[in-house]
Amino acid sequence: MPMFEAIRMALRSIWTQKLKSVFSLIGVLIGVMFLIAVVSVVQGMNAYMEDQVANRLIGVNTFQLRQRPSFSTGNITREEWLSWRRRPRVTYADAEYVEERLEHPVLTAKYCMDRVDIGYHGKVAKDIDLIGTEAEYFRIRNYDVASGRVFTAQELRAAAPVLVIGDLLAERLFEGQDPLGKTVTVGGLPYRIIGIVQKQGTMFGISLDKFAIMPFTAHGRRLICPINVLDELIVKSADVSTMMASLQQTEALMRGRRGLKPQEANNFHLQTAEEALAGWNKISGFLMTFLPVIVVISLVVGGMVIMNIMLMSVAERTREIGIRKALGARRRDILMQFIVESATLSTVGAMAGILLGFGLAFAFEALTPMPAAVAPWSIGVGVTLGIVVGMAAGVYPAHRASKLDPIEALRAD
Amino acid sequence: MADLVISVRNLTREYLMGSEVVYALRGASLDIRRNEYLAVMGPSGSGKSTLMNLIGCLDTPTSGEYWLSGQEVSRMGDDALARVRNREIGFVFQTFNLLPRATALHNVELPLVYSGVNSKERHQRAMDALDRVGLGDRVGHRPNELSGGQRQRVAIARALVNRPALLLADEPTGNLDSSTSDELMQVFHQLHDEGQTIIMVTHEPSIAAHAHRVVVLKDGRVESDRLNQGKAA
Repeated sequence: MPMFEAIRMALRSIWTQKLKSVFSLIGVLIGVMFLIAVVSVVQGMNAYMEDQVANRLIGVNTFQLRQRPSFSTGNITREEWLSWRRRPRVTYADAEYVEERLEHPVLTAKYCMDRVDIGYHGKVAKDIDLIGTEAEYFRIRNYDVASGRVFTAQELRAAAPVLVIGDLLAERLFEGQDPLGKTVTVGGLPYRIIGIVQKQGTMFGISLDKFAIMPFTAHGRRLICPINVLDELIVKSADVSTMMASLQQTEALMRGRRGLKPQEANNFHLQTAEEALAGWNKISGFLMTFLPVIVVISLVVGGMVIMNIMLMSVAERTREIGIRKALGARRRDILMQFIVESATLSTVGAMAGILLGFGLAFAFEALTPMPAAVAPWSIGVGVTLGIVVGMAAGVYPAHRASKLDPIEALRAD
Repeated sequence: MADLVISVRNLTREYLMGSEVVYALRGASLDIRRNEYLAVMGPSGSGKSTLMNLIGCLDTPTSGEYWLSGQEVSRMGDDALARVRNREIGFVFQTFNLLPRATALHNVELPLVYSGVNSKERHQRAMDALDRVGLGDRVGHRPNELSGGQRQRVAIARALVNRPALLLADEPTGNLDSSTSDELMQVFHQLHDEGQTIIMVTHEPSIAAHAHRVVVLKDGRVESDRLNQGKAA
């Protein structure tokens, strides 16, 4: 009997026992559904984390010279935390020392940030990220100015009270008016708005437009940083190798400047995008380690369900088997019929699982701010698993069916 | 003889029931020529069914020889027997034994599936066989949508679709009323007239009377083997 004939027979038999078929393939369906959904979500998150989170929070080929990490990865002991706090902070002088000595062409920006309230004509926008930095910061972050301009080197030197604001602040304080040229108050002092940054959107549902940027020399710096101290020096390179070289050089420069002995650990931190990803990598690593376990368990259970259904089916269809044998079916025809039926059943379940898995992934994407991406290989794996589980589950029932004595089988009810 | 379809020599069949040996057939011998119409009779326990199963290649004998269309069937393995059942024998059962969920057409196509006939030719031959038994207009019906007589005719179409050397009917009228039985016997006569070799097992003398030759079994042996008066060709 040719293969396609067997598959046609199997589909006919599955179709005539719809309800039983649906129940029997639930196990495989769930296994494959989980596989597809989790892989899609993890893949989507991976891409999102790399493109968006890491690069928006830190930047491509960028590192930050800091007192301590700003991303906590895993469990940090209280002692560790306290030792970080005891470290000397990064000063203007440190930043300038490094900036002057870095050999490779890089973009650098001194940076300080804290949350402040900004007022305009009696209205107050609370908890705005007030950033004190240099003009290079806009290039490092790829901030396009939607209207107006960024501050100049001259304004930086002159500590001019000017602000380039994010889209959210423009909306909150000005509601449709043009904010350019308007004066807002920051910590009681007037600041003139000279530019508005293109809308950045959201990440995990949090707005990325809730900021105001001023020259780090401006008076407002006392609101965000102690005198002569920076949160970080940001260093951006054109490519990874330049970045790695600059990173090593910065480490050496800082160790030398702070007089650290070879056995002493760094008392500063060099933060890269990798670090922002470390937490996520831990979660996705965990998911991808346990996903196979969940999938294997549900497929084993699913396979056992299919095997039992097939055994029931063989028992119920004993007479049919007898008839087929009387009409000339060989053992291997019966064997193939039931294995193909089992594999087809399981594959139908796997395909339904793939569709539902996509459904879950897209629901996840629709209901949360996080994305999902379908991994083509997971479809292949899903279908293959369906076929393999079905064939394995079908072997024993099919063997029993093929061994039936035609005379006995014909006598069955 | 060249036109022997079946030659059975000293066929025995023993079963082991627990520790006891049951002798179902104790050395039956029988020759059947092409286009014979034979009835096998006998009380229950006479070995009718056992002989039927052996002739139908559903069972293998304990000893003795069985030749069907010139092949020694008694020495064949499983696959070869399946092939013989598929090509040489057409079964008609008392309980029809149609696949309940399949249409008449699909039921009739089934033997052709196992002989590897492609689907187009299968369809054509199954349609022809159903036409032959007068059910050309019922091909899409399932068995439960057909009367008993129609079901048995589907079974006959299925038995004949692979042009077997032998039509083997086991109590073919056992589940039919008398008028339907008469109709069925008409079909058998017609097939016989067209050259079909037929063996029919029955316990009803009125049905056996349709055959040209009647073999009576008793205690696993052939007790009598005679030609039907007035029927013999």
